[in-house]
Amino acid sequence: MHDLSPLTPLGNAEPSIESIGEVTLEEVTDVALASVAARLGREDDTRLALATLIEVDAPAPSRHAGSTIRAFWTGPDQWMVEAPLETHEDLAKMLSNEIGSAASITEQTDAWCRFDLVGNDLFRALELLCPADTADWSGGEVQRCSIEHLGCFVLCRDPSTVSILGPRSAAGSLHHALVTACHAAF
Amino acid sequence: MTGKNRLNGGMIDRSTSFGFTFDGVSYRGCAGDTLASALLANGVRLMGRSFKYHRPRGPMTAGSEEPNAIVELRSGARKEPNTRATTAELFDGLVANSQNRWPSLKWDAMAINDLFSPFLTAGFYYKTFMWPKAFWEKLYEPMIRRAAGLGTLSHDPDPDNYDKGYLHCDLLIIGAGPAGLAAALTAGEAGARVILADEDFVLGGRLIADTGTLADEDGATWAGKTVARLQAMPNVRVLSRSTVIGAFDHGIYGMVERVSDHLLEPAPGKPRQILWRVYSKRAILAAGATERPIVFENNDRPGIMLASAMRAYANRWAVSTGSAIAVFTNNDDGHRTAADLVSKGVKTTVIDTRPDAPETTDYETLSGATVTNTQGRLGLAAIEVTLSSGTTRSLTVDGLGVSGGWNPNVHLTCHQRGRPQWDENLAAFVPGGTLPSGLSVAGAASGAFSTHRALQTGQAAAVEALGDLGLKASNPDLPKAEDAPIRVTPFWHVTGAKRAWVDQQNDVTAKDIKLAHQENFRSVEHLKRYTTLGMATDQGKTSNIAGLAIMADVAGKQIPEVGTTIFRPPYTPVAMGVLAGRSRDKTFRPVRKTPSHYWAEEQGAVFVEVGMWMRAQWFPQPGETHWRQSVDREVLQTRKSVGVCDCTTLGKIDVQGTDAAEFLNKVYANGFAKLPVGKTRYGLMLREDGIVMDDGTAARLAEDHFVVTTTTANAVPVYRHMEFVRQCLFPDLDVQLISTTEAWAQYAVAGPNSRKLLQKIVDPEFDISNEGFPFMACGEITVCGGLRARLFRISFSGELAFEIAVPTRYGDALMRRLMEEGKEFDVVPYGLEALGVMRIEKGHAAGNELNGTTTANNLGMGRMVSKAKDSIGSKLSERPGLNEADALKLVGLKPVNPDDKVVAGAHLMTKGTPVDAAHDQGYITSACFSPNLGFHIGLGYLKSGDTRIGEIIRLVSPLTGVDHEVEVVSAHFVDPEGERLRA
Repeated sequence: MHDLSPLTPLGNAEPSIESIGEVTLEEVTDVALASVAARLGREDDTRLALATLIEVDAPAPSRHAGSTIRAFWTGPDQWMVEAPLETHEDLAKMLSNEIGSAASITEQTDAWCRFDLVGNDLFRALELLCPADTADWSGGEVQRCSIEHLGCFVLCRDPSTVSILGPRSAAGSLHHALVTACHAAF
Repeated sequence: MTGKNRLNGGMIDRSTSFGFTFDGVSYRGCAGDTLASALLANGVRLMGRSFKYHRPRGPMTAGSEEPNAIVELRSGARKEPNTRATTAELFDGLVANSQNRWPSLKWDAMAINDLFSPFLTAGFYYKTFMWPKAFWEKLYEPMIRRAAGLGTLSHDPDPDNYDKGYLHCDLLIIGAGPAGLAAALTAGEAGARVILADEDFVLGGRLIADTGTLADEDGATWAGKTVARLQAMPNVRVLSRSTVIGAFDHGIYGMVERVSDHLLEPAPGKPRQILWRVYSKRAILAAGATERPIVFENNDRPGIMLASAMRAYANRWAVSTGSAIAVFTNNDDGHRTAADLVSKGVKTTVIDTRPDAPETTDYETLSGATVTNTQGRLGLAAIEVTLSSGTTRSLTVDGLGVSGGWNPNVHLTCHQRGRPQWDENLAAFVPGGTLPSGLSVAGAASGAFSTHRALQTGQAAAVEALGDLGLKASNPDLPKAEDAPIRVTPFWHVTGAKRAWVDQQNDVTAKDIKLAHQENFRSVEHLKRYTTLGMATDQGKTSNIAGLAIMADVAGKQIPEVGTTIFRPPYTPVAMGVLAGRSRDKTFRPVRKTPSHYWAEEQGAVFVEVGMWMRAQWFPQPGETHWRQSVDREVLQTRKSVGVCDCTTLGKIDVQGTDAAEFLNKVYANGFAKLPVGKTRYGLMLREDGIVMDDGTAARLAEDHFVVTTTTANAVPVYRHMEFVRQCLFPDLDVQLISTTEAWAQYAVAGPNSRKLLQKIVDPEFDISNEGFPFMACGEITVCGGLRARLFRISFSGELAFEIAVPTRYGDALMRRLMEEGKEFDVVPYGLEALGVMRIEKGHAAGNELNGTTTANNLGMGRMVSKAKDSIGSKLSERPGLNEADALKLVGLKPVNPDDKVVAGAHLMTKGTPVDAAHDQGYITSACFSPNLGFHIGLGYLKSGDTRIGEIIRLVSPLTGVDHEVEVVSAHFVDPEGERLRA
């Protein structure tokens, strides 16, 4: 076991959490990520392997699904897979073993920062951040969109929980945008 | 008490009194007042001075079309010039000032311009300031610029925040008058997602300004109840204080919501305004209509306003705009104003241009009469009326309402070049041509002027839109309302006037229009620009049609034959702040931080922006007072022992697939197919035209897996290019790409002791000796007892060097560990400057050399462009023009006199030739002081440079006065044989 200590995307030892009005904004660091892109002609194999892993069909465009291991659609025949970091620290390797040569797997855990917004009427903050139409989201939706000039993913976990994934190096800027929008909206 | 001119009734809240100042004088108004209504209630009519002649002006309207009552609001950093008193919502503590006057509004020295009006006609700029030519820039233009311009800025940063946002709806309804409310009710009850937006702070349009009834209640009550009903619908979003400013492509509308303009200052965290981008499936324009004035002699005195505005002030704001009032009209609507004023006890006379004007016993009507002049220095005192008999009569009045008919607010229908059409019955332009896709028009904006027709057309437009949306309309019952016929006899201007204002905001007179025609500016577009008619911030909402009518008159044409100019966004002026939104100051753009950023901050690093990245430039140590001391130390210590540099910012692209190698063979000019697993290769990437796009390395981690690195600046362009190649040029190749720049913290560990340092960190089962891990090797390893990592034996500095990568979250810890373990080697962190010095010493090209004009041949890498395969740009790199005998070649340059500097950007000249472009031999791309050599060095492109080694040439920079001799040398100043990096 190595002896290096990780930093959160915001540069702290522990993830930040704050309340803004009735909304909670939480930095999430306990999720491993890996991208899965089907190889040419192996799309069905990939979809099947992914379905086995996440225990439901591979998500359709703009959707995410799964249980312990989850996946969200990122493009034609490609997904991002999420799993608990504690049990899946080397998620990419695990997926490579499971999916084999049907897909290209790339570790993405530290490519992203993630902030979860928890509360009611989250669309009021999101409409100040991104062009996605989130007012009717009920859970299972995902959109790739630009927030604060950054390419982000916005996932609706349930009507009162939204995850925002953005580039890790710009976590501070993304966090500032989220805090600002929450103050403006709530 | 909130003013001597207050009437009974109105929609103001008399229980909430607000104090405010105008030009330093304190007044009181009520909640629900605008600044204009509150000032009028206090008997203040004079609110501004005109743009050119500095004529006294008061409000002409009660809305956003106002041309005259333009004021500065607030003070200090929040001061905002050029705002309309007629739309500025009153709040307690409001500070307002008039503008464009000196020393005071009543005594304005610049009013002398009015005496010189014969010289200040249309086009006087172009005629007057012709001689002497040199005076234009030095005297005339500065003088004119000082005289022009309205209001002043505080020059302090705006303390408020502005947001941008995105809204989505099935149906956007623009305007909440009777048509908009009927449409919203219909669509809302059908279940459509509706946004109802209105620029006013009270919704209802003319329903709250007029006295008509709907069913058994007055219009304002019905409007209030309807708005409350809509607000209770979860699928309807009602937005007051929200102006739809533009119609853009694909059903997208721009809208500015003035969230906090009605407050002394925004609540903590709240924006002052929001610029919304509204995505709509359908839209209905129900923006109503604007009354138009009649042009007559001295028609601009304070106290003269649109008759409908007078009515609004009386009905909505309970303000009498005069004690004795006349209404000058050519249509029946003017009589509504008279009737309303009389009912409130105001003595009123109507001057109707129509011989058959309706008669009533409630007030005197002068049929077939016109107003031919007015009197009053700072406000209207009397008018001269020419009766139908031809005789004149003077009326002592302090208020004159003018009604020349109504113009539908067609503006948004024109934002995509739709041209309105002339409606003879209304004597007005109505929406016509091709409307923005998905937009329909209802109510007065479509020419349906009666309340009944507004309700009906609003509902019909909603039903039509719902049909398009696949929703069934329930057609809620609409109240019975007035349906008066339109009775208007066009009458645009009183002939014979000498000083009759058409465009009051830009001081354009009827005479100016005639002059423009006389001087052959006969296209309506030329007329507009020559006279500036309609070019003020009100976009001519009250003036354009009169201008066209006068133009038609002098041209002997009909108004439709003259044509119209085009309306463009924004519908009303927009503050620059809301266009910028949150992108200002330190949040102008995102900041990207490297994994070692926080550690570098602790070391006191000096940072520099590289794109969006913040990179450590150097790490000052105690006693170092100049950056060169720090940089020289970092360079020398790295070459002597070991240094560490955060190179995470280099682009990293994961390339996988069974055709990954073949793909790289396409995008790189040199070959990659045979690169063994576990090896890294330098790659040169060309654009289609053969020019170098970027360089970097590709490390082969497996047969079907490469990691490509790019320069920091080109990380995104290269990734985009590779995706284009993958998806569009070679979709049959099995290759997948994804950026991993952010995923890995990567450090260059360079210097003769770099291996020794890494051996303390890399887990012992991995052999990183020169034999076990030779130059250009790569591999997946573990460090610090099991953390997976990647190691590359590549060198940008020219030293024995490695780049080590770990998952980003451990980047900070790894840097600290490297520094700790490196103490025995006196390890130094080095920044971007030292990196630059070392790569120049080594002769490695970077962004300065890959400047978008250079070829592989220029870089001396022509042979890298493989002839054995086809790759992007390889064919066009063979163009003769890129391969001439005297082509530029990358060389090194050192000063003949060691004390001379080599200056980046300087040009190279052969000795004895003139310093001009014709004799130019090349230029310096990069330069620095080399602490290893003890003098300045440079890299540059020199014609036939590879054959001129040893030649003494001139380095010149006429801009900075540099002119000295330099010697052409190899670009590799340090370790030209590459022994160090292979050690």
